[in-house]
Amino acid sequence: MPARAGAVAAAALLAALLAFPLVFTLPYPRDVMIRIFLYATLAIAWNVLAGYCGQISLGHAVFFGAGAYTSTLVVQQAWLGPWANPWLGMLLGAALAALLSQVIGYPVFRLRGHYFAIATIAVGEIVQTLAINWDAVGGARGLFVPIQRPDSLVNFQFHESKQTYYYIALTLLLLALGLNHWIVRSRTGFYFRAIREDQDAAAALGIPVARYKLRAMAISAALTALGGTFYAQYVLFIDPESVLPLSLSILICLVAVLGGVGTLWGPLLGAAILVPLGEVTRVQLGGTGKALDLLIYGLLIMVVSVVQPGGLMAFLQRGLRRS
Amino acid sequence: MTAEVLLQGVASGLLMGLVYALIAAGLSLIFGLMEIVNFAHGEFLMVAMFATYWAWALWRLDPLVSLPVTVCLLFGLGVATYLGLIRWILDASMLAQIFATFGLAVFLRSAAQALWGVDFLVVRNPLVEGRVSVGGLFLGLPQLVASAGALAAFAGLHWFISRTETGLALQATAQDRQAASLMGIDTQRMFALGWGIGAACLGVAGALLATFFYVFPDVGATFALLAYVAVALGGFGNVPGTLASGVVVGLVEVLGGLLIAPALKYAAVFALYLVIVLWRPRGLFGRF
Repeated sequence: MPARAGAVAAAALLAALLAFPLVFTLPYPRDVMIRIFLYATLAIAWNVLAGYCGQISLGHAVFFGAGAYTSTLVVQQAWLGPWANPWLGMLLGAALAALLSQVIGYPVFRLRGHYFAIATIAVGEIVQTLAINWDAVGGARGLFVPIQRPDSLVNFQFHESKQTYYYIALTLLLLALGLNHWIVRSRTGFYFRAIREDQDAAAALGIPVARYKLRAMAISAALTALGGTFYAQYVLFIDPESVLPLSLSILICLVAVLGGVGTLWGPLLGAAILVPLGEVTRVQLGGTGKALDLLIYGLLIMVVSVVQPGGLMAFLQRGLRRS
Repeated sequence: MTAEVLLQGVASGLLMGLVYALIAAGLSLIFGLMEIVNFAHGEFLMVAMFATYWAWALWRLDPLVSLPVTVCLLFGLGVATYLGLIRWILDASMLAQIFATFGLAVFLRSAAQALWGVDFLVVRNPLVEGRVSVGGLFLGLPQLVASAGALAAFAGLHWFISRTETGLALQATAQDRQAASLMGIDTQRMFALGWGIGAACLGVAGALLATFFYVFPDVGATFALLAYVAVALGGFGNVPGTLASGVVVGLVEVLGGLLIAPALKYAAVFALYLVIVLWRPRGLFGRF
């Protein structure tokens, strides 16, 4: 696809997304879109580390949880006095996640391949276990975000309509896409891909591998934490089972893998398919206690990884090239 | 804390550790053969436990009596998984491989939920129950039988891999796929066999576990996580190494529960894993 046509398509998509809540005024379609944006943002964040830099993390829920817990605690505990604001909490959460990613990454990046992936699972399990047993952050009971009225952008709470949530989620997504686009074209992005293709060759060429892996992890973690804060302010309740589980870490990469790892639009495409699919199967088949929705979900994952291991983007690109 | 309690903990950790070792051995065997981590490993174990449960519920067959059938069933499941799924992703990226087996895990778990519900089921009045007292230590008889069975299966597996011609062919395939096929080894057959044997280990472990553990669709998750840790500790692909690392995992689990807090016992296992792989990035007995 020529660059011009691509830009036109992106602009048309953006216009359609901006107009969506004006056409669909009911909460449900807006909620589905919001969750598409959220998961796409998380998958883009994961993709920076795994797709471009080649470090497959199965513990990204840690950073999501860091964002969710930090902002919620900031609002609830009012540590910062008059500054107890979720937006400030969001920034603090992102900073904390970036810091955490360095503490985790510094030792764990010595490991490669499956050893790295399983180490990230181990970190995720440790953090979830600690959070469950840590009463100061709500323990297993979780935390409620205190309800604040009236609805306002300052409070980051909107009980009357989901419209503002929709635009905030869209902004997050655009931020993630923009960041990704910028990274790919920068020197950092080239370094990331060099590390992914061959870490030893990259090091031999003088790329400071360890530093750039840590940088990829920091960007990825901070972006994931922004999504975590959004989730907390949107759902208004968090607990270790909802913001820190291994299944969330895996869902994040699943979205990216389905769409196409190491591509700009893959994560968005993956979320745009996986979230509504989850909704349809849940609405049609869920609620019977039979987990039929998950049955289809598992089947679909297997089929995609066998038929199209490069994700749907690889499939689309091949189709475009042929035409 | 008295020395007696500690000793008791060490004993029960040792017994569970041997079962973990057997579970991890299957995973390690498959990885050594084709560098694929089977994320559905816990679900295979769950299938074995359900098979054992239903053999008891429908025909009153004791877990130890139905064990050979369970092993054959799991062998078939392993081979079928290879032929139906894994064969097609041998050359795919590590991520695609992770997700293929992860999809299988979700599928098996929800299939079990759809078919048999989410209740915790138990095999009542098994052949072995109760406990014995050995020098002041109380050991559960089912646990004792399970660990002895696991050890026996482990010995059998080791004998098969290192002493039989087929086992040597398996090893050759693990070392160098191409060279092995040039020597006239049917590597496809070896891969299928590896999956069959890897799953059959879970047939043994599942049948033995079902004598004293609940059976439910999510039962495999914890065991599988511990098995990943054991496999990575022992070194991916190093089957004998998993015997030691499985026992280490079992001991740390129990001692972590005793010395730190019961709720944090798995955190202790994972923390130990991190410490060890950071000290030795290829695991305790890493082969690569």
